[in-house]
Amino acid sequence: MSAVETHAGTRVLTYAEALNEALREEMRRDARVFVMGEDVAVWGGGGVFGVTKGLVEEFGTERVRDTPISEEGIAALAVGAAMAGARPVAEFMYADFMTLAMEPIVNQAAKIRYMFGGKARVPVVFRAQEGAGRGNAAQHSQSLEAWFCHIPGLKVVTPSTPADAKGLLISAIRDDNPVVFLEHKMLYNTKGPVPAGEHTVPLGVAERKREGRHVTVVGVHTMVHKALQAAEQLAGEGIELEVIDPRTLVPFDLETIVASVRKTGRLIVTHEAYERCGIGAEIVAQVVAQAFDALDAPPVRLCAANVPIPYAASLEMAALPQVDGLVAAARGLMA
Amino acid sequence: MSAAVTSPPELSSAQLVDMLRMMLRIRQFEQRAIELYRDGVMRGTTHPYIGMEAVAVGACAALRRADRITSTHRGHGHCLAKGGDPRLMMAELLGRAAGYCKGKGGSMHIADVEAGILGANGIVGGGMGLATGAALATKVAGRDEVAVCFFGDGALNQGIFHEAANMAAIWGLPVVYVCENNQYAMSARADRFTSVPDPAVRAGSYGFPGLSCDGMDALAVYKTVGGAVARARAGGGPSLVVCVTYRYLGHHVGDPLNYRDKAEVEAWRTKDPIERLRAALLERRVLTAADADVMRAEVEREIDDAVAFAKASPEPDPATLAEDVYA
Repeated sequence: MSAVETHAGTRVLTYAEALNEALREEMRRDARVFVMGEDVAVWGGGGVFGVTKGLVEEFGTERVRDTPISEEGIAALAVGAAMAGARPVAEFMYADFMTLAMEPIVNQAAKIRYMFGGKARVPVVFRAQEGAGRGNAAQHSQSLEAWFCHIPGLKVVTPSTPADAKGLLISAIRDDNPVVFLEHKMLYNTKGPVPAGEHTVPLGVAERKREGRHVTVVGVHTMVHKALQAAEQLAGEGIELEVIDPRTLVPFDLETIVASVRKTGRLIVTHEAYERCGIGAEIVAQVVAQAFDALDAPPVRLCAANVPIPYAASLEMAALPQVDGLVAAARGLMA
Repeated sequence: MSAAVTSPPELSSAQLVDMLRMMLRIRQFEQRAIELYRDGVMRGTTHPYIGMEAVAVGACAALRRADRITSTHRGHGHCLAKGGDPRLMMAELLGRAAGYCKGKGGSMHIADVEAGILGANGIVGGGMGLATGAALATKVAGRDEVAVCFFGDGALNQGIFHEAANMAAIWGLPVVYVCENNQYAMSARADRFTSVPDPAVRAGSYGFPGLSCDGMDALAVYKTVGGAVARARAGGGPSLVVCVTYRYLGHHVGDPLNYRDKAEVEAWRTKDPIERLRAALLERRVLTAADADVMRAEVEREIDDAVAFAKASPEPDPATLAEDVYA
């Protein structure tokens, strides 16, 4: 299913290093690409999570631009720059801070092409990291992808592996539409094989991470990895999970998921975003509309509780979907 | 480097005549738009620019085609002055397939990116970040275009003004913020909600020039905005220019206008920007009264033609509904 194009060797990189490589390669390839955001240049030599490490040394301060703490301004300037021929990559230190930038993202970037009758392009990438798991509490741990998925005109990308992080970011930068590119803070140090050189992953193509006959599990970000762990545990019981990473939420590869559900007859959708009106609700609705006849049981959503993400480890763990919950849900569907 | 550049080039006689023609064109366009709205031919709403023509025309006279503007909900004047086609604009107002936006934008979203018009904008202050970003792209690419951001006195109090102005200042971006102080943000007289009598002083907080000019005088606007444009183009960075002007009519057609006196309106009408430029051109003998009358008649025919073009264009095919959401 994977539509990865590879033209060179493969090394093991972290997710952060893979993103860095994507930025570096695209900035070398296309002089119109530039990076802007809070603490992307000076801090630690390249951002709080190291994603922009070393870029200012190679490309200079015009193309690797530290900005004031002005999220609405960062987003709006990036949109204006994109309209004037640049291909900006604007970074938000935390996705939570994008709430301050919703006007230019939602009212301007997403709508300009349509409002102008197709006579404008807004090739901008809004990068941010989201998710919980390190005690950053309620204003630094949210997963807000559903906010952006709701808005026509935006594309929304959620890579879960280093290889996808690189390949999807390159595709996002080359895309002529505004792309909200959401990384996950707990994935930055995870390692995996990443093709060197030109490596793109098309937007809108899911990847089947593990094949199985009994339950389809669609996971976003960290939940892909938790689903794979649950699949390992359940394998001993003779329950096979088929794990699918949609990789991009808009456009969405419904076909791959429906094909899987037609095989398994059971569906779990899992993400770290709040359950209420999360992307899981949309995925379940679409699968039910297309493959109601194939379902042997009601689809299950395993998402963050509908509470602000709490600080204490015990509470944070309780707020997020965990491997045990996935195992129990799969057993329940098989009972 | 050339922060000393403060005067734009002298306008030629032909340019002066073109400016008067453009002001007449804007007024006629707006009058016809109001009629079409009142006749029920136009949907949504329209925000007439009548009374403010000197600002768009004076400012755009200082711009090249490659320069960029952002506009507002009251955007028809800016669009025409920057080179927008009245036929495509009128067709857009009527929601027709031949309009600038194929009927998808309407009055508040007219744009012509090729002509440097980055769009009218339905969000108050929405153009501030876009113009500043266009200026950023220009600087990063090492080009010399300038961005002019038109906005009203109401937008002075949006947070984006502070964020954009600060970034323009720290990076020395080639952007000119042109505040059209038309005295009212809907029902709110400027002095109710803006903490200083002359908003130009706000530029001081960002360390760039803040200037005020008579926004009823196209030549004063040209001189002041043109100076700021020349400064920006030469690498001198941003400026704020407050053009003191007045909207003769309501915020939009249908405004109850219960918040201001008729006497106030009449007093401003005596400063009419079109009459003022016409008188200046007659005095300078670049135009005769007969020439001016001919020009007025020509502009009326031109806008009649735009309305006819718009009415002759089909409505958009519903099959185009989902086109152009994505590139």
